[in-house]
Amino acid sequence: MAANNKNRMSVSEMIEQQKQKRKFFNQLERLVPSLLLIIASISVLTTVGIIYTLFAESVAFFRNVPILDFFTGTVLKPLSQNPEFGVLPLLNGTIISTVIAMLVAGPIGMMSAIYLSEYAPDNVRRVLKPLLEILAGVPTIVYGFFAFTFVTPLLRMIFPSIEATNILSPGIIMGVMIIPMIASLSEDAMSSVPNSMREGALALGSTKLETTFKVVIPAALSGIVASFVLGISRAIGETMIVAIASGSSKNFSFDITGSMQTMTAYIVEVAGGEAAAGTTIYYSLYAVALTLFVFTLIMNLLAKYISRKFREEY
Amino acid sequence: MTTKYMDAELVGKRMSSRVRKNTGWKGLFFASTLFGLVVLAVLLIRIFTQGIEYINIDFLMNHLSTDASRAGIMGAILGTAWLMVVVIPVTMVIGVGTAIYLELYAKKGKLQSFIATNISNLAGVPSIVYGLLGLTLFVRALEFGNVILAGGLTLALLVLPIVIVAAQEALRAVPGNLSEASYGMGATKWQTVRRIILPAALPGILTGAILALSRAIGETAPLTVLGIPALLIPFPEGIFDTFTALPMQIYYWTIDASLVAEYANLAAATIIVLLVLLFLLNSIAILIRNKFQQRY
Repeated sequence: MAANNKNRMSVSEMIEQQKQKRKFFNQLERLVPSLLLIIASISVLTTVGIIYTLFAESVAFFRNVPILDFFTGTVLKPLSQNPEFGVLPLLNGTIISTVIAMLVAGPIGMMSAIYLSEYAPDNVRRVLKPLLEILAGVPTIVYGFFAFTFVTPLLRMIFPSIEATNILSPGIIMGVMIIPMIASLSEDAMSSVPNSMREGALALGSTKLETTFKVVIPAALSGIVASFVLGISRAIGETMIVAIASGSSKNFSFDITGSMQTMTAYIVEVAGGEAAAGTTIYYSLYAVALTLFVFTLIMNLLAKYISRKFREEY
Repeated sequence: MTTKYMDAELVGKRMSSRVRKNTGWKGLFFASTLFGLVVLAVLLIRIFTQGIEYINIDFLMNHLSTDASRAGIMGAILGTAWLMVVVIPVTMVIGVGTAIYLELYAKKGKLQSFIATNISNLAGVPSIVYGLLGLTLFVRALEFGNVILAGGLTLALLVLPIVIVAAQEALRAVPGNLSEASYGMGATKWQTVRRIILPAALPGILTGAILALSRAIGETAPLTVLGIPALLIPFPEGIFDTFTALPMQIYYWTIDASLVAEYANLAAATIIVLLVLLFLLNSIAILIRNKFQQRY
């Protein structure tokens, strides 16, 4: 009680103190939403920053290289005496590696999704699905190492003339990397098809396979197509696997056993070479990155549009 | 009028071929599921057999060296650790703050859906583009140079969407009666958020943050753009030092393997260190999730 006596204050003092406290908390209470809004706007600023830097530096690039030459040129010689900047060899490399990756990831991912959603017993699925998702968690640099030191020598047994750096082996490994993405998203789409539809088909005498192909897949098609489009977007933006295993040939060719450079690998090569700021080759980084950004953005928006617009509601 | 009778034999034959078809495809579907796992197994076995004998105390503790038998990765380990020192606070503050704003403060409307759309679009931007943003903004415009701070901020922006989405889900999962009880006791909104909702959502937020962190640790492409030197540099001692990181070291050793064959083994050994690190992080995330799952 002695301590209380020492700190004794009049009631009016206590009220005053309480008021001060209230005032502080009220101010804090009013400040918090705006503080949070500022924090939330950082993500918007990131987008603005990306778009601004890509556009601003690309404009500088297109002052030196006519925009038409860039998009229609088949010759890319950034380091020669008379440098030429045609993006088509890079686009070609990107598209070919993406096609190879999707030839692997599309069918295998889709069939994995069918197995997991339609055939697998619950306990098997509970084991297989997380295991498959480990594939998506392996850093891409590890896949690049694997493609370069293991898959390419393996492919040499089938194609003896394959080069040490080629587009085929990173394309295949990129496909393996994308399998879990397509499998998981397609499985989600197929699992959300109501069971009554399956039961209807089975009751009419169709086998599980017929039910899957004639009922479940058509009903889940929007989700499945969206997962493919997202897979393509992922393949276009993938960097380290191709940077390591597909080399740096800038020739416009269609030989998949030869070296080819993708847009992403070009950025790694040029930026890693310490291109001096202000040179045309430095600005070409941004023009290529802008092209890449636009491609992946279109794919992502397309995936969203497909899954929203064509979704069947049950 | 002629009556058509079913040909029992024909139906039976067709039926059995349909059933056989079903079984055959089922086998194919199962094999496809296993394909990915087989590749994963081959990858892990190959890398472990190639690199495991290079892992010893010297390899973990030594400086980098051009001499393959003396090279060590302590610098890369420290570089990765310092990167995380930047990434963790930045992503936690911005990620959780954004999630709280979107879930608990923002009115449903144009602004909120604009920010949400923007975040989901950011998640699809290739990591190499973030590298260019980091190069332009942090390395050149703000003149940090290619130091840990620039690399860490770049990686933080890259994994931010993952943290935001995870935190949003965790906040959404907190039952409404908790906050209603808090308001009923006279607590203000911020008091409720800070003392009731955030603690309840913390396990979910931490799980998401750890997964984002493991993505940042393995990310290489943005760092290659920032111009991380392949040279032998002293151990980093702060966020303003130049650095190398585990994935960068793997990258340099892999592309130089055509010059010195042994570098491929060093790369494999470094990959083992990286994978063990990622495995530990993910195990922690799973532990947290299992321990605190669904207490309500």
